[in-house]
Amino acid sequence: MESMAIADRLRAEFPDEILHSYLNQGQAAVVVRSGRIVDILRWLRTTETIHMDHLRSLCGVDNARRRGPGLARFEVVYNLYSIALRHEIRVRAEVEDKEPAIDSVVELWASANWMERETYDLFGIRFNNHPDLRRVLLPEDWVGHPLRKDYPLKGKVEWSGMTELLEKTKNLDRFGFKPDGQATPKEDDQ
Amino acid sequence: MDILLMLLWIVILVVVIMLHVAYATYFERKIIGHMQVRLGPMRVGWHGLLQPIADGVKSFFKEDIIPENADRSTFLAAPIICLTAMMTALAVLPFAKGWVLADIDIGLLFIFAMSSLASYGVVLAGWSSNSKYSFLGGMRSMAQVISYEISMGLSLVGVMLLAGSLNLSAIVEAQGDRFLGMYLLPQCIGFFVFFISMLAETNRVPFDLPEAETELVSGYSTEYSGMRYAIFFMAEYIGMMVMASIGTVCFLGGWNGPFPVPFFPPLWFVLKVYLFMFVFIWIRATLPRYRYDQLMGLGWKLLIPLALANIVLTACLKAILA
Amino acid sequence: MTRPIIKTETKNLEIPVADGEGDRYSLRMGPQHPATHGVLRVDLELDGETIVACTPQVGYLHRGFEKLAENKTYTQTLILTDRLDYIAAMANNVGYCVAVERLLGISVPPRAQYIRTMVAEMSRLCSHLLWLATHALDIGAMTVFLYCFREREVLLDLFEELCGARLTFSYPRIGGVRQDVTTRFIDELQRFLDIFPGRIDEYETLIDTNRIWLKRTVGVGKVTGEEALALGLTGACLRGSGVDYDLRKHQPYDAYGLVDFEVPLGSDGDIYARYRCRMEEMHQSARIIQQCIDQLPPGPIIGPDAPDLVMPNKAPARLEAGTNAYGTGLIKLIRDRDPYLAGDVYVATEVPKGELGFYFIADGNNRPYRMHIRSPSFIHIGALAALAKGELIADLIANIGSLDVVLGESDR
Repeated sequence: MESMAIADRLRAEFPDEILHSYLNQGQAAVVVRSGRIVDILRWLRTTETIHMDHLRSLCGVDNARRRGPGLARFEVVYNLYSIALRHEIRVRAEVEDKEPAIDSVVELWASANWMERETYDLFGIRFNNHPDLRRVLLPEDWVGHPLRKDYPLKGKVEWSGMTELLEKTKNLDRFGFKPDGQATPKEDDQ
Repeated sequence: MDILLMLLWIVILVVVIMLHVAYATYFERKIIGHMQVRLGPMRVGWHGLLQPIADGVKSFFKEDIIPENADRSTFLAAPIICLTAMMTALAVLPFAKGWVLADIDIGLLFIFAMSSLASYGVVLAGWSSNSKYSFLGGMRSMAQVISYEISMGLSLVGVMLLAGSLNLSAIVEAQGDRFLGMYLLPQCIGFFVFFISMLAETNRVPFDLPEAETELVSGYSTEYSGMRYAIFFMAEYIGMMVMASIGTVCFLGGWNGPFPVPFFPPLWFVLKVYLFMFVFIWIRATLPRYRYDQLMGLGWKLLIPLALANIVLTACLKAILA
Repeated sequence: MTRPIIKTETKNLEIPVADGEGDRYSLRMGPQHPATHGVLRVDLELDGETIVACTPQVGYLHRGFEKLAENKTYTQTLILTDRLDYIAAMANNVGYCVAVERLLGISVPPRAQYIRTMVAEMSRLCSHLLWLATHALDIGAMTVFLYCFREREVLLDLFEELCGARLTFSYPRIGGVRQDVTTRFIDELQRFLDIFPGRIDEYETLIDTNRIWLKRTVGVGKVTGEEALALGLTGACLRGSGVDYDLRKHQPYDAYGLVDFEVPLGSDGDIYARYRCRMEEMHQSARIIQQCIDQLPPGPIIGPDAPDLVMPNKAPARLEAGTNAYGTGLIKLIRDRDPYLAGDVYVATEVPKGELGFYFIADGNNRPYRMHIRSPSFIHIGALAALAKGELIADLIANIGSLDVVLGESDR
């Protein structure tokens, strides 16, 4: 099915949820409210002639430095593909700034589990009803969510694990070790 | 005087065996290397001939690390138990007519006893290291030895029946020096069971589960280093030689060959042992590893019934022919 | 003289004593472990050797590529893609270039398309050879490992001949490739293709019908097609379960629409089916490379609108000593290229591990507003828990090998 046709059917099905849809380089995208995202995606997955059985990717976006009609601070982007029918569509769910949260779609695709964890990790968007919402790429005690636009490239503070490690290497200095192989001139052992 | 002579023989035996062990590792690395389109050790000496010596010297001088939470005394004793047990087993092996340290009547049983004792070393090493990988390796080893000890013992009962003795020299004598006299032919089922059990007993591929590198890092020897680690390897190679010797004695006619060798009677024995060693290595280069439960299944469901059937068959045939 | 004693701070491991229900213990496999293919850590809860629960932990190799890409130009980010799946870096480069070309509407001349298809397939062979090598080693067959490395070595030499690098190539460029192929490269590649199918047969004689191999792989790590889809498996892992999904056929890019090949499908969805799929894929890759050599059209190797540092077409006089890249105007071309399109696009390519997708949001600048990498390894590791549950430790190792994960790609 043509991508835009899917978008139009989606609009007919959920008229209140769809903000707008567009075509870019031959790929159709639908911008939706985040409230009924699970219903929308379930409809896309289960409707016979659409049958989006493959969740290609799920990722977050921080819109802090992007202008556009109807853009909220965050969005979660779902790229869907139908292996059986060979068509695709992109769903962009707008998520508000204050305590960003959206419903989890793990019940539809088990693979969303780790993708949502990753989005939570890097953007701080919470996924309601997620079975195991923990950080996945970064350590548990990391401060901040690095892919937000207000997070500087160099980071804000040193990770506590790193400071501990540096502390430990300082202790090793007593025995003549130095990090990075810079051997210190050792005093004569008594 | 007798005691001094005995001590001299023991020293000679130990030295010769140690050299063999060292060069068995070289042999293995070279053969596997060539089987795997590479050369093996080439750097130390001509074609790497001094490599085993270099390895030995290196492991002597390496730091001997004992994990802080290991059970210290057991940890230290485990490799020694392994090595001692395996070395003791050498005492009853007849290398040629009369070339045997202790010609006792229960030679075969003695070797079984010693090789099971060696597995204590492995189990204790796994237990005392206080590491989970070592622990799992030790557990696997225990289960494996218990299962395969049985099938191995049973597989040799046929040989005992035919020879009418447990004395290893007597078993060789019973086979005579004719080619057809070898028990390989009448005991082919027994040999099959023995051969597979032998691989399992020595923790060799495809039954190297206690030290399966990709699963348990290095199994029971994970926490060992330096000389103690080397001792485990020595014990393993001596174990291989002992098993190969039993195979030679019980199935391939021991020191007997097509013609007697004048100055060095054990030549045929040594060649046969080397043949076994080569097959060990060949198998290592060829086969993947069994899984734990499959290993148990093979032992209990296939080998033990086969060995039992072999005993019944041998006994019946012997009764009928006699 | 006293030697300092450094004491390690290890706690007692509390080795379990069998007492009925509480007979479980946990084992941390990795990140330093011979069989976890990099720095994967798997937290296991074991009952004997049976896995009760399995929690993979990734992130040890996280380098923040997505954040970095937001601060680099499109061309600079190309170099990061080498470090994703470093075993098949060429396929990642191609995937990235295809995605950026789609985003910015850049055309690629046919010769470059064929060359890219060719190197991507060579890269697939590299990756599959390494996969077979390590997978077989994990299961205990060590000879296959060295046999595979023999062929991989030839391929790496070919890559070196082509672009001077053996691991991180950065050879494809946005809008084409960096240099043209030489006749020597083509000749050597042809010689390799002549012997390669025989070599695959050699590996197969070692393991294909080996009873132990079959025992270790048939029926282990089974997923049905539907489960595999839900778990997000792609590539050979999905095709081993009988789902016909190959982006080279579904959404052809580069010259894949112009060459003839088949997509091997399994049916059982176990480790053996995935193994067979990948072995067949190697045959098909060789076929594709052969066709690329035969059909390689003449022409330019880089498109006219490529925003890229290409080998300069200008007269050498302009590049004499003292001038730098700024002087030639090349950097300026990248910085001030006009116009960069805005919009978003998701483009996926079939890399050896599965579906590698790039989701770009462009806001008209010379660098992406957001780049998301859908890495197959990350999602495959996420599926590991489902595959390994209830099996033995040895099967977990076989499963990790069979999923064919690379941590550089997973952690990004």
